[in-house]
Amino acid sequence: MIQVENLTKRYGATIGVTNLDFRVEKGEVLGFLGPNGAGKTTTMKMLTCYLSPTSGTAKVCGFDILDQSMEVRKRIGYLPERNPLYGDMTVHGYLDFVARVKGVKPSARRGEIDRAIERCGLEEVPRRTIGKLSKGYQQRVGIAQATLNDPEILILDEPTLGLDPKQIIDIRRLIRNLGGEKTVILSSHILPEVSQVCNRVIIINRGELVAADTPENLRSRLATSSIVRVALRDEGDVLARAERILAKIDGVVAIREKPREHGMGAFMVDCAPARDIREEIARSLVAEGLPLLELHREELSLEEIFLQLVTEEVS
Amino acid sequence: MGQLAAIYRKELQHYFQSMTAYVMIGGFLALSGYFFFSVFRYYNYLSYQAGRQPYIGETLNLIEGVMRPLMGNMSVVLLFVLPLLTMRLFAEEKKQGTFELLLTYPLSDFAAVMGKYLAALTVFAVMIAGTLLYPAMLAIFSNPEPGPVVTSYLGLFLMGTSFIAMGIFFSSLTTSQIVAGAATFGVSLFFLVIGWAAPFAGPTVGKIIAQSSLLDHYDSFSKGVISLPDVTYYVFLTAFFLFMTLRSLESSHGRS
Ligand SMILES: Nc1ncnc2c1ncn2[C@@H]1O[C@H](COP(=O)(O)OP(=O)(O)OP(=O)(O)O)[C@@H](O)[C@H]1O
Ligand SMILES: [Mg+2]
Repeated sequence: MIQVENLTKRYGATIGVTNLDFRVEKGEVLGFLGPNGAGKTTTMKMLTCYLSPTSGTAKVCGFDILDQSMEVRKRIGYLPERNPLYGDMTVHGYLDFVARVKGVKPSARRGEIDRAIERCGLEEVPRRTIGKLSKGYQQRVGIAQATLNDPEILILDEPTLGLDPKQIIDIRRLIRNLGGEKTVILSSHILPEVSQVCNRVIIINRGELVAADTPENLRSRLATSSIVRVALRDEGDVLARAERILAKIDGVVAIREKPREHGMGAFMVDCAPARDIREEIARSLVAEGLPLLELHREELSLEEIFLQLVTEEVS
Repeated sequence: MGQLAAIYRKELQHYFQSMTAYVMIGGFLALSGYFFFSVFRYYNYLSYQAGRQPYIGETLNLIEGVMRPLMGNMSVVLLFVLPLLTMRLFAEEKKQGTFELLLTYPLSDFAAVMGKYLAALTVFAVMIAGTLLYPAMLAIFSNPEPGPVVTSYLGLFLMGTSFIAMGIFFSSLTTSQIVAGAATFGVSLFFLVIGWAAPFAGPTVGKIIAQSSLLDHYDSFSKGVISLPDVTYYVFLTAFFLFMTLRSLESSHGRS
């Protein structure tokens, strides 16, 4: 449905995104994950033809975002980050306007609007002024306008931003339901949200793609390449010696030293995937007579995976 | 076409639902009504004088004595009113972020610009149509020549089309309504008064300056003449600013 090739956007000297490459298949709900300033919004703005890329291209349903933007725009429903709406219009009046602007045929307009209202749970407020609705309802109006004219693809930029927990649950349910019939891309920096709603996740950081996989695969892939926490008593040159020994062990990928506290120093040791080297670590350290206090394998939550990926990228 | 109409409809609805249209049309009619009665009273005074000094009467007629000064005053009032009408059109959408959404709809830039332009033009047309009351009153009590009345309205309308095109262009450049309005006012004022500089400039430059003045081109209309160069001038100015608005939208998204 969507093919992104080498997509790059620079704002003068600032980098928006660099060399993004990914695909989205029909019917997928793709989560776009990354910290603030990662480039999620920038990517979405390019896919919706609002911004033009500095270099690289993307194809949406086979149409180029630069040369065939009209065809692309016909097939995309977009909810921008700040959910801009005309506050002085009524819900129905606004949806009617959007339906007209999107070129819905007059004969189909009524049905389209009613369907959007029903699908997004707006049955109780169609005559209310948008500016006076709660934030959750406004978000639904934003999603409703995106679904008008039945686009094949929905692009939702932080659809649950600034909502209370109950509203978040409602909006997530709404997106999951939409996911059945449409291809959805949503951005977020909340991991549980993405793992609940999406069947694939793309993690970007500082404008670069860091990982792309299903939430389950991401978790298992990174969980098997486990992290072992090694703590030693902090005396003399113990820590320096320990680090040298650890670095020599086969299967150790990276070593990060933790701040020393309570007379104890600790290392986080990243291990190669699918290998358990705890025994070897213990043996090597003890053989050198070092005061080993703790040895513990850390289980990763998605949050930590995310952080790990993102910080690895930085270092 | 339907999409252009959708934009047009939305903007027109906004003008009337937000009371903007009523306030402006009402204000404009009140001001022009005031001008009409003061000009008319002065004309009456002159007519009374003419009774005693016949040479005044030779130059006295309703077109020269009432309609021309009235229309001249109205064009100056338009200078203040029309920027208020156009400043919101794009600036507010840009500020609220709805502009971004609008540009991602399958809507051509042309339809977006023309929809908004025509909505402002419609309010303006209603505004000056209201002032037809004054020549109508003249016609009841006397018989002014219809020709110059018609052409001076045509001229006023054409001048308005250029002001509005200019206004929509400045609105597309900024997120601030105030900046858009002030820029429109400044530039249209400049175009209005630039003719005053003509006599002081050299022969060539002076001619160019006179040719760019909005007021000088209005002169022939108020005398009952429709001259091609003058019509062309307003049409060109309008087309130029609408084209620049399209360019401004295009440069904001960069797609073809
Ligand atoms: N219009 C702009 N002009 C200049 N720089 C910009 C512009 N828009 C975004 N950037 C920069 O591009 C980078 C990516 O921004 P973007 O808004 O895409 O991030 P994001 O992932 O959506 O972040 P957030 O989670 O905060 O919404 C940031 O460094 C940002 O400062
Ligand atoms: Mg963002």
